Amino acid sequence: MSEATLKVRIWRGAEVGRFEAYEVPRRTSQTVLDVVTWIQRRIDPTLSYRFACRVGMCGSCAMTVNGVPRWTCRTHVTKVARDDTVTIAPLRNLPVIKDLAVDMTAFFDKWARAGGRFVPKADAPNDFAVVAPDSQERRAADAGIECIGCAVCYSGCDVVSWNGDYLGPAALNRAWTLVNDVRDGARTQRLAAVAGDAGCHACHSQQSCREYCPKHLDPTGSIAGLKRATVRAAMKGDL
Amino acid sequence: MKAGSAAMSWRMRSHPNYLAFAIHRVSGLLLALFLPLHFWALGQAIGGEAALNSFLRWTESPLLKFAETGLVILLAAHLAGGIRLLAIEFAGWRDWQRTTVAVTAGFSLAAGLLFLLKVVSP
Amino acid sequence: MAQRTARAETLLWLAQRASAAVLAVCVAVHLATIIYAVQGGLTAEEILGRTRGSAWWLAFYSIFVVAVAVHAPIGLRTIVREMTPWRGASLDGATAIAAIALIAFGWRAIGGLVG
Repeated sequence: MSEATLKVRIWRGAEVGRFEAYEVPRRTSQTVLDVVTWIQRRIDPTLSYRFACRVGMCGSCAMTVNGVPRWTCRTHVTKVARDDTVTIAPLRNLPVIKDLAVDMTAFFDKWARAGGRFVPKADAPNDFAVVAPDSQERRAADAGIECIGCAVCYSGCDVVSWNGDYLGPAALNRAWTLVNDVRDGARTQRLAAVAGDAGCHACHSQQSCREYCPKHLDPTGSIAGLKRATVRAAMKGDL
Repeated sequence: MKAGSAAMSWRMRSHPNYLAFAIHRVSGLLLALFLPLHFWALGQAIGGEAALNSFLRWTESPLLKFAETGLVILLAAHLAGGIRLLAIEFAGWRDWQRTTVAVTAGFSLAAGLLFLLKVVSP
Repeated sequence: MAQRTARAETLLWLAQRASAAVLAVCVAVHLATIIYAVQGGLTAEEILGRTRGSAWWLAFYSIFVVAVAVHAPIGLRTIVREMTPWRGASLDGATAIAAIALIAFGWRAIGGLVG
């Protein structure tokens, strides 16, 4: 009895390289991560890739599958295979270290540059902060705080490809959650960090970020909020 | 082969909001390039009725009428796309409301095209 | 420097969106006028008969031209910065020149249509 097989093309090399073809037996509920792991363990131990939790919590296994950035542990082969073929490449917009592993440094550098760090107000130690959970600001912040920094949105964004300085959807989404944090003491600096020619105004609402975010976040909406906030600050003379 | 090009795929861009962006950008670019010609043509009115009429006669060929229809479509498309953007950026529209804008865009486009084609034919 | 850029880019974005809102109205009127005017053919007499000596058309088209002169160059600047290596003060200067040129040629044409 012959086994059904899956044809797999995997990027091998770094910035310059080629696709190599493998054949993998199909299994029930097989994920793309299962496929990559099978190849690395049974066919080619030199294949480099990243994963950790394998249950859709950490975001480490993000790769480009048939052209689309996804979490490979949460992508069933049956959902994406075309003509029994799956093409797997590293995430776009980040330097390739080797094969399917990319260098995430730039992604997190931009996170920091966009002011992704909470800064308490001067009187913070004096008392507990009171944050109404159903206030408009808290709901806006809550809508974006589940981001785990997997870089799928960053990978899917054409503005990131076209404008090397563009902070990107994840960093800007994080900035928006902090702008909406009533405990935050760095609003003016935050808004200055996300305005400018590499900030929120570079977003064209292509919404690939929203389309592909595995946690169903809406960076486009967050960035729109930053656009409104920066304009208000500019008109008041705070920017 | 370069890694960047290998990972790139039109499949990634095949969702409605990206298409809306692409149409908006292309229509804007083409309209901007058309503008100087438009202002020059209208400036023919400075030479009086005769000068303007001779230009208008030049536009009566089927090819020019086809081009004009294209321009009207570009203008309607860019307008619809712009309203979509203003809705996203200022009104914070989400989900089905964005789809509504897309549908409105489609309808206004179709209406503009149909109407113009009807009136341009003798 | 980054602070000036942040404020400048924010105001440019605002100018683009504000002019877009004005253009939404102007273009709607313009499209309606076009579709009405082309019925039965287009002649200079018909056009000039409508625009000559009209304070309303003068005001409308003057505002239309200014809005376009703000909106189009900023839009083109964005495309150039994303698709080509050109950026910086020289591109900003070219953008300003394009805006001035559009106002000049636009108002010149209006002069011919209304004057």
